[in-house]
Amino acid sequence: MKPDFTRNHFELLGLPVSYAVDAAALDRAYRDLQGRVHPDRFAASGEAERRVAMQWATRANEAYRTLRNPIDRARYLLALKGYDTGEESNTAMPPDFLMQQMEWREAVAEGRGAHDPAALERLRAEIEDARAEMHALLARALGGDRNYDAGCSLVRKLRFLDRIEAEIDDALEAIAEGAGGAHPAATRKGHD
Amino acid sequence: MSLLHISEPGQSPEPHQRRLAVGIDLGTTHSLVAAVRSSAAECLPDAQGRVLLPSIVHYAAGGAVETGYEAHARAADDPANTIVSVKRFMGRGVADVAKYGALPYRFVDAPGMVAIETAAGLRSPVQVSAEILKALRARAEESLGAELFGAVVTVPAYFDDSQRQATKDAARIAGLNVLRLLNEPTAAAIAYGLDNASEGTFAVFDLGGGTFDLSVLRLTRGVFEVLSTSGDSALGGDDFDQAIAMHWRVTHGLADASGRDTRRLLAAARAVKERLSSAESADAQVTLSWGQQLHLGLARREFEEITAPLVQKALGPTRKALRDAGLAPAQVDGVVLVGGATRMPHLQRAVATFFGREPLVNLDPEQVVALGAAIQANALAGNRAAGEDWLLLDVIPLSLGLETMGGLVEKVIPRNSTIPVARAQEFTTFKDGQTAMAIHVVQGERELVSDCRSLARFELRGIPPMVAGAARIAVTFQVDADGLLSVSARENTTGVGASVVVKPSYGLTDDEVAAMLRSGFDHAQADRDARALAEQRVEAEGLVAALRAALAQDADLLGPDERAALEGGIASVDAARQGADHRALKSAVEALNRLSEPFAARRMDRSVSRALAGRRLDEVPVK
Repeated sequence: MKPDFTRNHFELLGLPVSYAVDAAALDRAYRDLQGRVHPDRFAASGEAERRVAMQWATRANEAYRTLRNPIDRARYLLALKGYDTGEESNTAMPPDFLMQQMEWREAVAEGRGAHDPAALERLRAEIEDARAEMHALLARALGGDRNYDAGCSLVRKLRFLDRIEAEIDDALEAIAEGAGGAHPAATRKGHD
Repeated sequence: MSLLHISEPGQSPEPHQRRLAVGIDLGTTHSLVAAVRSSAAECLPDAQGRVLLPSIVHYAAGGAVETGYEAHARAADDPANTIVSVKRFMGRGVADVAKYGALPYRFVDAPGMVAIETAAGLRSPVQVSAEILKALRARAEESLGAELFGAVVTVPAYFDDSQRQATKDAARIAGLNVLRLLNEPTAAAIAYGLDNASEGTFAVFDLGGGTFDLSVLRLTRGVFEVLSTSGDSALGGDDFDQAIAMHWRVTHGLADASGRDTRRLLAAARAVKERLSSAESADAQVTLSWGQQLHLGLARREFEEITAPLVQKALGPTRKALRDAGLAPAQVDGVVLVGGATRMPHLQRAVATFFGREPLVNLDPEQVVALGAAIQANALAGNRAAGEDWLLLDVIPLSLGLETMGGLVEKVIPRNSTIPVARAQEFTTFKDGQTAMAIHVVQGERELVSDCRSLARFELRGIPPMVAGAARIAVTFQVDADGLLSVSARENTTGVGASVVVKPSYGLTDDEVAAMLRSGFDHAQADRDARALAEQRVEAEGLVAALRAALAQDADLLGPDERAALEGGIASVDAARQGADHRALKSAVEALNRLSEPFAARRMDRSVSRALAGRRLDEVPVK
């Protein structure tokens, strides 16, 4: 028998179904829940209890992971409201955002090519500013405005910001590795 | 009859009955066993008072096996049959082992994992590790005076699924009930955090004999939460020995020294390295196999120069773990050094420079992992003292994914996901009428399948013929609290299912483990049966006691028929416990486990519901 998973993530953690989440309350609720269901609490129990504990702890981790991350939380809340953010299928973006995307992409490529970590860090700061602005808009769209279409569009944009930040991380990593390159004789690469 | 004990789910139903559980640090160069005795964890010494057991196993012709110091004494004269640092071969194929350069062993490319041809026959690294674990188990049972209920065995945080599975198999072959595989840096954090009542963000820098881990943890009011982990499962103190030996080979023109001489050079290198931690220079005498006497010396400055690339190599994963945790070095509140190799002054300096603070060294870096594992083992066995209520939340170190068209990896579970974790990914067919799908499970961060580690391949068959893209094949990855993966696949429009426990590519099958288990006991069939019966009885007693306590508390969750069935199951187990047939007892226990599953699920649901109800009451705003 599968555990009863009819509660949604918010209900499971005893939080109101809302985009605005009290981070401290979320942390507290998650730890309380894991304190009850984690497999470590049942290591000396029978197989059935151990299995149920693993399923519940898995579920608790999924709920916490989703609600802790603002984009995942927004996407999840929109899904509960019956809206699909369509990040895979809907690639339509306003023209000004498309232009901005291209500029950022070029800046990453330039910073990487020029081995310029400072430029990449400046770009990251710029993207962080854009992100903060979008989060404020998202909070308004999913809060008082209940404008779920606007919410979907903002999630798609934020998803793009995540990707470009991952590219910045990759570029920084590549530069750092190039600089600290190990001596060939001492290199014994396992796997990355 | 006395009053019934009513305990919280998960706690020992009979708190006065302590279960003996130990923590085992199965290290590359040496291993330790520790236990909580009179509320403090301590490492258990051998008869000579030594807590370290060299992780060395010697196989003699005729099958005699020696471990530890006795085996160590053989290393120089019989290198081919004296297996050192076997941890490096766990879950590894011939190609991986080749990266270690010239080794004095006769490797055989056994399916899945390398095996070593010894005087006593072919041995898997899993069996070699099991010998070390058996020695530690015997030491623990002797010094604690009773059989062990179970053990927590530590693994490098950066170990992948194959290496973890191999470690768990080794423990099973050694006759240990594995309560949990615990990541080494996390074990160190438990020992350190509980000892110092620490709060904040900590980095554990763990350089052992053969592996390197860097874990970032957040410690808050009894919660140990791993934020990220990174490392290199082929970087350790051994590499510093190799670098010294290589330096001497070059400076003394010993390019083609034999296996025996290699071993002697390495032993001298290790001794010199250890002395250089406190001395400015050190030297050693080595007699080579052709009688030549060598005087080998090294200054600390020289040593630091030739091993600087190795120190740098450890800083790469350190940077990566911090980045994954979203932290700058200055945001870390403390750096804990673990592993004997962190005694090297230039390494300590590099860590201090990187983090901008002096690392903490107030616990013995060689014992801290075993001590943390012992504390966890004691808690898992149900011996938590009142108020000792901490929780451990760990992560997987490497992403898990599937091969898709073109040899690319589709990540299903990203690295640093908190475990246990499950994730499903949907795939579809690419040809009309396709009835089977090959599923290839890989682990690693790279985009190409060929750059990742292959964990398993299996086929989902019997997909009803449909047009391309119509089938909906959901592949579900479940990683348990040991960090071990199981994968199942199902075609969602028809419900055709396939399931696999991930071990085929680089692991042992259940049959192979069973065969090793059998060959591991030198005793007669009757002894084996007696042992199996004793083990089954312990398990049966635990299960019945836990269920009785659960019934006393939550019997209202069962209908009259369900309750009668459960009582019947308990009665069958009780009856089988009186008998001498371990197989009959095993099947009665299995039946009772199945029978009790709905009850376990409902009890957990009630526990969660009560917590939620309690929280809502607490949080009613006061106006």
